[in-house]
Parts: sequence; C-alpha cells; structure tokens
Amino acid sequence: MTTLLDIRGLTKKYGPITAVDNVSFAVDQGEVLGFIGPNGSGKSTTMKIVTGFLAPTSGVVEVGGLDVTRYPLEIKRRIGYLPEGAPLYGDMTPISLLNFVCKVRRLSKEETRRGIDYAVEKLHIANVLYQPIETLSKGYKRRVGLAQAIVHEPDLLILDEPTDGLDPNQKHEVRELLKEMSGKKAVIISTHILEEVEAVCSRAIVIAKGRMVADSDPLSLQSRSRLHNAVGIRLPVGQAQACIQMLNGLGGVHQVRTMVETASMVELLALSTDSSEILGAVHTAIDEKGIQVDEIYVERGRLEDVFRDLTYAAEGLRQDPDAHPEASNA
Amino acid sequence: MLNIWIVARRELSAYFTSPLAYVFIVIFLALAGGLTFFFGQWLERGQADLQVFFVYHPYLYLFLIPAVGMRLWAEERKSGTIEFLLTLPVTTGQIVIGKFLAAWVFAGIALALTFPMWITVNMLGQPDNGVILAAYIGSWLMAGGFLALSACVSAMTKNQVIAFVLASALCFVFMMSGVEIIQSFFRAWTPQTFVDSISELSFLTNFGEVSQGVIDIRDLVFFFSVIGIALFVNTAIVEAKKGV
Repeated sequence: MTTLLDIRGLTKKYGPITAVDNVSFAVDQGEVLGFIGPNGSGKSTTMKIVTGFLAPTSGVVEVGGLDVTRYPLEIKRRIGYLPEGAPLYGDMTPISLLNFVCKVRRLSKEETRRGIDYAVEKLHIANVLYQPIETLSKGYKRRVGLAQAIVHEPDLLILDEPTDGLDPNQKHEVRELLKEMSGKKAVIISTHILEEVEAVCSRAIVIAKGRMVADSDPLSLQSRSRLHNAVGIRLPVGQAQACIQMLNGLGGVHQVRTMVETASMVELLALSTDSSEILGAVHTAIDEKGIQVDEIYVERGRLEDVFRDLTYAAEGLRQDPDAHPEASNA
Repeated sequence: MLNIWIVARRELSAYFTSPLAYVFIVIFLALAGGLTFFFGQWLERGQADLQVFFVYHPYLYLFLIPAVGMRLWAEERKSGTIEFLLTLPVTTGQIVIGKFLAAWVFAGIALALTFPMWITVNMLGQPDNGVILAAYIGSWLMAGGFLALSACVSAMTKNQVIAFVLASALCFVFMMSGVEIIQSFFRAWTPQTFVDSISELSFLTNFGEVSQGVIDIRDLVFFFSVIGIALFVNTAIVEAKKGV
C-alpha cells in the first residue's frame, strides 16, 4: 500500500488560538478516512492545510511524498477538493465550470472529455449542465462541487462535509460513489453525521479542540461505547418484572434499563459490566426461567456515545453518566 | 502564462454574464459623450480634435473604474470561491494578474466603443490621428492604474461597497496628488523633495502629457510601475488574508 498523505506534528495557530494541535496521521491508498469532530474542532483547518490553501504554523504535510509548502502546485494537481459549503461560481454553468477546471488542471482534450463524462454520469448532473449554478438546488450544487473534485481522477480526494444539506437519497448516492471510488485513491471526508462514518469509512479519526482523540476503524470505535455488547430484550408487560429480576441477579450484567414502555410491551436493555459478551448468559437464563420474549438483540454500541465521551473529555465538559438521550428519546 | 490566460478568460466571461458589464458600458458611453458635447462644447469649439473628450476621462474613471474592480476579490471572499480558486494548481500571482488583465481588457472594450467619436472628428475635419491614438493609449493606461489600485483594495474586504468607496478615495488621492490642496497638506510637515515626488505620482500630471499626444517613456514607466506595485501588494494581501 502506498502512503498518499503523511501528516507529522501539524500545528496551526491563529494568533493566540491553536486551531490544530500537533496532529499526526498517514493515509494509504484505498482508505476512506472519516474525519469527525464537533464544529470548530479543526477538521476544516487541517483540510485547508493539506490542500495548500493555508500554510501550517509548524509540522510537515506530505502528499505522495511531496511537501505541500515546497511543491504547492504539484500537490494541488493530485488532490481533488470540495471546500465546506461547496462554493462555486454562481454565474457559470456546470459544464463551463468543469471545462475551466480541466483547463487549469491541464487535462488533454481526451482526458477532459472522459473526465467530464465520468463525473456527469456518476453525479447525475447531465440535465442541469447548461443552467447557471446559482439557479440550482442545494443538492445539485453539491453534486457539481463533487464533480469538479473528481473530474481529473485525483489520487487524494478531500471532501469537507460532502453530504451536508443533501436529502437521504442523495446522501446514499454520494456514499455509494465514495465507496466505488475508494479503490485506487485515498479519500478523506469530514462529517458530523456519524452514520456516514459507519456506512463508508474504513477508518475514523476523532478530533476535538485541535487534538486527535481517537484513530481506529469505526467498529472498534463503536466497541468503546458503554452500550457495546449490551443485550436488548422486547417482551410483553406481564413478563417484565420477572425478567428484570433475573437480569439483576445475573453475573456480568451491570445495569438494567427500561428503554420503552407501552401498555402491552416493554423493551429492556441489559448493560454489560465491562463490555464483554453477555448474550449467551442472558439467553440461557431466559430459557431456564421460562420467560417469554418477543425479540433479543445485541447492541454494537453507538458512535454518538463514543463521540460525545471523547469530545467532551477533550473539551473539558462535564460528562453525565446518566444522560442518555437515546433512552429518553425512545 | 497559460494559467494567466485561463483565469483571465473566465473572469472576463464573468463580466459579461452579469448585467454589470452592459450597465457599465452604457453609462460610460453616455457620460463620456455627454461631457464632451455639453461641458466640453466639442462642436462649438470648431477644432478637429478629441481634447475635450479625453480631458474628462480621469474624472469618469474616478468612480467607474472602482465599480469594475470592486468585485474582483471581494466577491470571491464573500462567496468562499476563493478557497476553490486558490486550491487549483495556479499560483496566487497568476490569479492576481489574470483577474487584473480581464478587468483591464473589459475597460479597454468600453473605451474602444467610443470609436464613433473618432470617426466623427475625422468626418468633420483633419485631426492628427497620431495624437488621438496616443491619447487612447494613455487613457487605457490610466484606467489600468486605477484598476490595479481598485483590485488591491478589493482584496482587503468581503464587502463590495466598501471596496468601491475605498478604491474611489485611493484613486482620488493618486489622481490629485499634483493639485495644490494635496500638495499643501504634505508641504506642512514633509520636506520639499517628498512633496515634489508626490506630485510626480499624480495621474492627472502623467495623463495630461500623454493626452496631448506626447508619449513620454517616463509616463509609460509611471503607469506600468503603479500597476506592477499595486498588483504585487494585491498578491501579498490575498496571501495574508486567506485564513481570515
């Protein structure tokens, strides 16, 4: 695997404010890296430095082995970039914008034709190619922004909140596109939509207050959740009391929560003491006691939880172990 | 070079896709013509030249050129497209020059559309066409000077109205620096050599000579220096204000 992006000790200061604080990571070919963090955590700043828009205060950023501050034009040729909010020239049509980008990127006639055909087909913008961009809907604008980022088949694709403002179908299409393109390239997307990380990313970096607080694949990130390996049980109201008693008596169960309660049905969640596997034990106990249940499932953990824990800790905010919005939402 | 050309072409077509271009050209032609006929009393003078046509150009440019230049950078910064543009494989200097050239060509098109005046004066008498050509070149150079200053100011703000007002003020200072009011302001507290060198910076003084048909190398050097220095400062401002 070739390393396409290598960041070592990257720091960016705006006067007294440190926006990015000693961040280091590398991205290989084929990886789809999800860059997640609260607003103002330094995601966009990092992306702006990698794309050569901003200069780092200190640290090294290399794209394909070239230092961004020493070879800005070479690295800009290799990168496809969608800035936050997909800013585009409203007075241009998508086709003239794409042609402009191909010209600036010095693509041959053949490469231009192929690139534009590919981008137009992938992003379904054929029907708006000749309308001024300012008259397009938000979804189309975003897709035109994505099209200009992939038209030259870049090695490294950097997308700052690519699905922000898209409807669920459009989000799905963009994610499919990202998965499809990821093979030969490295893709970095920033987002605060965590389902997106689960859906497309092979790796996730959590950043808070300019610092990296986690770097792993989404599954192991999920497993850091307090709810990891918890067992959910849905059962008739009449069975609930017996079941709660049984669960409380079971070794390995740390806490039992009532998630949903209606006139006929109760949904319980048994939290595992140290996130270890408890499904087997719960299942056996249910059989032994003859408790009648409608559904049993294992909770893989929620990225939202992990995200909140990690970023609150970094920002020095209060962590409230009893605050579980998913329980109160339900 | 090719990059400058690509940027300039996009920028120039941006002028013509907005109504600004047409409004500007119509207003410029109407004012240039109106001033010549009514204030300059061109026909009544009975002389086959365009002296009274060119003499109003500095005053026209004072507010029309900032109107052309105000959008160059302020609009990019306001809409965020500056991030898109500066992450393409083009240097900041190439973009600065490309944008300036586009605006300058646009001003040149507006100026060239005054050609009926030239035709008219040739129908009415035998003017010295060399003088007129020199004056056209001088006028275009002066427009370039004003434009470079306007572009420079435009890079400092996201607000086009602020860019327009500040650019007009800056152009006024450069235009009038040979005039007594500005001179006496500096005379009070700076040495005479400084006052003299300020007056050398005056657009009016430098344009005055060219519009008489005398293309002095010093006037050319003057206008190209103003353009060059303003664009250099423009580049520095764009670089410095990227992250803000």
